[in-house]
Amino acid sequence: MEKTLKLSSQNLNFYYGTVQALHDISLDFYSNHVTALIGPSGCGKSTFLRCINRMNDLIPETKVDGKIIFDGQDIYAHSLDVVLLRKRIGMVFQKPNPFPKSIFENVAYGLKVNGIRDKRLISETVEESLIKSALWDEVKDRLYESALSLSGGQQQRLCIARALAVSPEILLMDEPASALDPIATQKIEDLILQLKELYTIIIVTHNMQQAARVSDFTAFFYMGKLIEMDDTETLFTRPKLKQTEDYITGRFG
Amino acid sequence: MQNIYFHKRRKIVEKIFFGIFRLSSAINALALFIIIYFIVGKGMQAISWTFLTEMPTDSMTKGGILPCIIGTFILSLCSIGIAFPIGVSSAIYLNEYAKSGTVLRIIRLCINNLAGVPSVVFGLFGLAFFVIWLNLGVSLISGSLTLAVLTLPVIIGATEEALKAVPHTYREASLALGATKWQTIYKVVLPTALPGILTGGILGLARAAGETAPIMFTAAVFYNPSLPSSIFSKIMALPYHIYVLATAGTEIEKTRPLQYGTALVLIVLVLGMNLIAIIYRSKLRRRMR
Repeated sequence: MEKTLKLSSQNLNFYYGTVQALHDISLDFYSNHVTALIGPSGCGKSTFLRCINRMNDLIPETKVDGKIIFDGQDIYAHSLDVVLLRKRIGMVFQKPNPFPKSIFENVAYGLKVNGIRDKRLISETVEESLIKSALWDEVKDRLYESALSLSGGQQQRLCIARALAVSPEILLMDEPASALDPIATQKIEDLILQLKELYTIIIVTHNMQQAARVSDFTAFFYMGKLIEMDDTETLFTRPKLKQTEDYITGRFG
Repeated sequence: MQNIYFHKRRKIVEKIFFGIFRLSSAINALALFIIIYFIVGKGMQAISWTFLTEMPTDSMTKGGILPCIIGTFILSLCSIGIAFPIGVSSAIYLNEYAKSGTVLRIIRLCINNLAGVPSVVFGLFGLAFFVIWLNLGVSLISGSLTLAVLTLPVIIGATEEALKAVPHTYREASLALGATKWQTIYKVVLPTALPGILTGGILGLARAAGETAPIMFTAAVFYNPSLPSSIFSKIMALPYHIYVLATAGTEIEKTRPLQYGTALVLIVLVLGMNLIAIIYRSKLRRRMR
């Protein structure tokens, strides 16, 4: 497998107040590959994901040290504009969270806030994004209906389309299918496999089968520490550490 | 056996409490009903075209109350026009921008205390500050400003509640797309909160229209048979007119129907303004579904 380094976390520590949630995480992510972050609840995998687009900045009294290097630049550097960073690193959340606006407006939102006014360009991008997120055929005749009228699975694909519309380089997905039924989950997983042709994807999941199905690399987190990281097949078939093996075989967690 | 007694007692207690709650709700509705019944019953006879469209005559025992209607209408619109933007902006600052800490706590304490100040105190404050110190005189503008201060906490409170009810996930979704904080507030948070914010406006408007004490030293006069021509005009207002007719002069008994008639007009005016805002609000809510 040809690998280009896209993002690299270097000795990252993260604190909620005085509680240290991440300990010395060093982890590399490669272009056009899917990396899954697995581990039991509270192990820090979501916290780590939210460090990558600096979403944790929104939580008061948190502290970060260490570096996350994205295309050669530390995203925690003072000179970095977090608004521009978040345009380049998109995010899909655990629960589908479309805005209470029309389907079209949801996807167009990111373009508009980033200063694009050309109406034709906007509607082309909206269509393109909905095609990429495999939602177009289901919504093309109802683009101006409220996004809240869609089913949960459709809403989540709409959220993916919304994230894709601003052409991010990395897509962060925080348990994107955990609130969905098996059929909708299947659709999201198929989608992830298609999208990695175009994007670098980092996905947090509780579901180990899901990690095994969609990801190229898997990182196992436990108690705020990165325990083991390897290509997915190796990690699931021949884990190096007993702790990893215990978790993936369901003996704890 | 004991079990059956326990079960029966439990059911009775359940019924008693339900009964209390139901009765309490009924008292609410009943109170409003009785008020309207009395006001309409006693005021209806005074209502006529003349009453609504003409100036008062014969020491206010005859004629109409047009200047009071216009006065209250303009006064409440002006005060809400001042208080609404300031109140909404403050609430946005408090809820979206301000970091929690001592300063925020002090500001909130001030707002809560402002809400608890008796309205006559606002009247005296308005007299001292707007009328005398700022030299605005007894005028529409002094009264509007005084009422604006009075309605601010109402608007801030309602707006903050509305902003808090906007799911945090909307803000996260917007920021994650590279929107700035202000874009997020302006394009996602405010439109979602708008129905609730308008409720605050409605409450403020109703409050401003009905107050007597804050305007009796700052804007309203006993008798001014002309319509306000500028923001410095002295005005007549419905609540103050009722107060004057019911307490001053030698014709109190004779003007009883006029008092109730004026009260009826005041109620209809406030409900009418509320109704417009409520219709607009439900339109907004439907659009968001």
